[in-house]
Order: sequence, then C-alpha cells, then structure tokens
Amino acid sequence: MSTLASPQRIPRLEHTGRVTQLRVFVSEWTKLRSVRSTTWSLAAAFVVTIAIPAIAAAVVSNHWPHMNAHDRAEFQPLDVSLAGVQLAQLAIGVLGVLVITAEYSTGMIRASMTAVPRRLPVLWAKGAVYALVVVALLTPAIVLGFFVSQAILSGRHIDIAFSAAGVPRVVLGAGLYLTVIGLFGLALGAIVRNTAGGIAAFAGLMFVLPPLMNVLPKSWNAAASPYLPLQAGEAIMRLQRGDQLAPWTGFAVLCAYTATAIALAALLLRHRDV
Amino acid sequence: MIEARNLTKDYGSKRAVDDLSFTVEPGVVTGFLGPNGSGKSTTMRLILGLDGPTAGEVSVNGEHYRDLAAPLHEVGALLEARSVHTGRSAYSHLLALAQTHGITKRRVQELIDFVGLHEVARKRAGQFSLGMGQRLGIATALLGDPKTVILDEPANGLDPEGIHWMRHLLKGLADEGRTVFVSSHLMSEMALTADHLIVIGRGKLIADTSVDEFVARASAKVVLVRSPEQERLRSQLEAPGITVSSGDRGALEVHGLTAEQIGDTAAAHGIAIHALTPQQASLEEAFMSLTRSEIEFATLVDEEQPAAGIAA
Repeated sequence: MSTLASPQRIPRLEHTGRVTQLRVFVSEWTKLRSVRSTTWSLAAAFVVTIAIPAIAAAVVSNHWPHMNAHDRAEFQPLDVSLAGVQLAQLAIGVLGVLVITAEYSTGMIRASMTAVPRRLPVLWAKGAVYALVVVALLTPAIVLGFFVSQAILSGRHIDIAFSAAGVPRVVLGAGLYLTVIGLFGLALGAIVRNTAGGIAAFAGLMFVLPPLMNVLPKSWNAAASPYLPLQAGEAIMRLQRGDQLAPWTGFAVLCAYTATAIALAALLLRHRDV
Repeated sequence: MIEARNLTKDYGSKRAVDDLSFTVEPGVVTGFLGPNGSGKSTTMRLILGLDGPTAGEVSVNGEHYRDLAAPLHEVGALLEARSVHTGRSAYSHLLALAQTHGITKRRVQELIDFVGLHEVARKRAGQFSLGMGQRLGIATALLGDPKTVILDEPANGLDPEGIHWMRHLLKGLADEGRTVFVSSHLMSEMALTADHLIVIGRGKLIADTSVDEFVARASAKVVLVRSPEQERLRSQLEAPGITVSSGDRGALEVHGLTAEQIGDTAAAHGIAIHALTPQQASLEEAFMSLTRSEIEFATLVDEEQPAAGIAA
C-alpha cells in the first residue's frame, strides 16, 4: 500500500461501447488463466494423460513374458493408451464444477453479474472457454499418450497402429468425451452453485449411479445402463462394441444430458437471485 | 439518478424491503442510513439487478439495470460483501471486468494507481487486508467512469487516511455531477460527507431529507439556560406543555421553548441571563431516536423467528 493519488479526480475514460458476447468470452479467458490452481490442475491433467499410458505400457511390457495365454488373448493395447483418460475425466469434471462454483464461493459472481447483467453471456462464454481449453489441451495429450504407450508396447509386438480400424475414432473421441464431461461438470456446478454439492452431483451421476443399477432387476438394468452418462459417453472409446450403445449414438446421449443440464443452468441463472 | 418506486423484496416469509420509494439525485452525495438488517444492502442488490424485486421497480439513469447495454459506464458499485475471486490478482480481476466492456489495460493500470494499489496489484486478492480489499472495490466501481456510483459501507476497514481520502473522493464525484449513493452505519461519517439522507428501518422509508433538516427534525428542542436568578426564571417560564428541569452545574434545561422565547421572557421580567444555549442533537442521536423503535421491534421479532435469513 502506498500513497494515494491526489487530487481526488478519477481519470476520465472514453466510453468503449456495449457488452458483447465476444468481449465476455475474452473476459472469461482472462479469468480462467489468472487463477493459479486452475492452470496447475489443467497442467496436471495434461501430464497424467500422457504419463499414465506410458507407465501402464511399461508395466505390461515388462510383465508380458510371465502372462498366461488367456491373459494375453484378452489384452487390449488400446485400453492401455486410454488409462489416463479414466483419471483425467474426474479431474476435468471437478474442474468444470469449480470454474463456476468458485465464483459463488468467493462472491466474484456478483461482480461478474453487475458487469454483464444479462447474465447468460457469462454462462455461454465460461462453457466455450473451458471446452476449448480442454479439447485443445487434452486431445494432443491423448494422442501423445497413445503414440508413447504404443511405442513401448511395440517392443513386444503387441501394439496397435493408429491407422487400424476404429482407432482414430477412439483416440480423438476420447478428447471430445473429456470436453463434454467438463461441460457436464460446469453445468451441474451452475445448477447447484456450491462446490461440494456440484462435485457430489457430478461424481454421483457419473460414478455412483452405475453400480446402483445392480439393485434393479437384471433385464431393467441391462436396458437402462447403456443410457447412463458414463456408459453412453464411453461408447466412443470402445473398439469392439459390447453391450454399449453404438459409439456416436452413445456420445450423442452424453451430449443430450449435458445440453439438458446447460439449459436448466441457463434457466435458473436467468431467474434466480445472485 | 436512481429512482425506486414501491420497491419491495421478500425472502421467504421475511420482508427485507417494504414499499420503498425514493429518488437519488445527481450532483450531491446521498447517504443511505439504517440499522443493521434494515434492508440497505438488499436495496442496493435490487438496484444492481442482482436480486429481482417482489413488487415495484427501480431504475438507474432511467433504465432497469438489467437492460443497460454498457452497465460499467452507467453504474459503478462497491458491495459490502466481497466480490473478488481470492485466487486472482487485483490486476487480473480488474482486467477481466474491464474486458467485458472493451476497456483497455491502460485504464486498469490507471485505476490501480489511483487507489494506491500498484505495489500489490499482482498479489492474490485473498492476501489483501480489509482496507486493500475496499480500495480494489473502489477501483472496480470507478473502472468504467460511471455516471452513478453506489457504495455499500465504503469506509469499512479503511484507516483514518483512507477515510479522509474516501470523503474527498465522494465529494469530488458529486461535484463532477455524478449520482453518489453511499450506505453507512457510521452517522458521524455521513454528517461529514453526505448532503442528503435516505433513512430506512425494517425495510421501510423513515426519512428522505437533507442532513440539516434530519438533525433539526429529530432534535428534542432543548435549551440550556444559566441565570443568577434561576428560581425566578423557572417560575416565569413554566407553563402547560413546557418543562423546566435542573441540568448540569446549575443550569436549567428547558423543553418546549426556543432560545428566543426564553430570552424575551427573561428580558420582559428583568432577569439577567449568563448563558442561553440551544442543544442540537448530533446526527447520531437523531438517527438513534428515529430508528430506536425499529431496532427494538426488530430484536423482538428476530427472537421469535430465528431462522429467517436475510442478506442485508
């Protein structure tokens, strides 16, 4: 703190015009990159998405001579490359929740909504910035993780080529999957407006609901489970189709859940007191 | 210019703002007074469109806040509750808000210098003292060079130098023709800063008047008189509706007569007067006497309904 300006006249300013969606987008970009914990979390997700497949590939490679015929037959080289996505989806979903709930917990939302009183441009910009950052950061990480891990597996000739049928769809689809998961978390955070509640809602819908389905009669479970957000979304990352939906159908179902959550968040943001 | 018409806000069954109508004019500092929980902050949130009114309406510079195309150029606000992400630096906070209106980095730096935060501008706002937080809030409010400035308890956490600075800032803003609306519970501060007062209690309007009138209206009209012939003076003054009691150090306290009337009476009877002093209530006393019943009522009700949460 230092001496105060005097005389007490605030410097004048040429008015720069109205609030636009593009300007709000730029503002949200500044917000996202200016909180250290967010940038660190994204950097960590990037590293983990590459490192985990590499480590998994090294472990399998090492263990391969000791594996029995059955295990060898069951081995899916592509699963190794997607090991990082399993962890990243939790990080990206939780960070999505935080992107919006941190504004509520710190009170920043009041400043944001006084600057943009129409409110919805803030939600659109937050979603767009976060989605772009996730897809731009994690798609290369997944691709890199794929090539690193497959290079390690190739030492045992158990790798799969990127050009193999379905592989580009799985690898690039994983990036899209994480992006939509991030938006799903963001929408849930915007609905709940509370960090703990938002994370609980995200984790509950994604990871707690699937095992809970086992209490249903078997035929019901089998009919309903493919439509849960996690199972539906993961269909795009499966090379062989099991009891999941078709890859793009499943992805569309996850997108539909996310779109519904965003629509509800928008409706609530428009009408609730901040 | 801020215009509230029949503004009403309910939170559940609790009425926080009750049929408030007032106008805040440009060119003067208007103080917004009320005891804690009287609805000051809620009224400010309604003005800023953060909360929607249950009934009535409020406009700023002729428009509803939510309809303003460039709100930061129209209205600058400092809310009592902190509105800053604790993990972000003061510079980035201001920049993010500036960018929504296409305001430049140069302007952000200008405001940081203006409020004296340049040495800590890159530090995380979570590490700021209350006073530094207030300065950041003021920089936020002034960022868009707004026509109307709304400040909720701006003196909170400021040191004496900062309070002095704030007082001059507010007067300067009003002198430039801006609308300045400042809430405070510090009556003494308002007496020095404000020209006009809007006083509320329990969400209702109690007074909308100049500071001088407010004090005059609430003053008890007491005159202190000293005289060597105290008892003779007392017997001449006493009449229905007028009470004369013994005050400090041999003075008489006269209720119900002006100093002029007392002086004339004494002169007519040839009684010497050594001192004749009208007692004016301070703004603080005036405020207390006007809102006392409201506070007592509030305390009573709150004990009966403890759960009613209110953001005020």
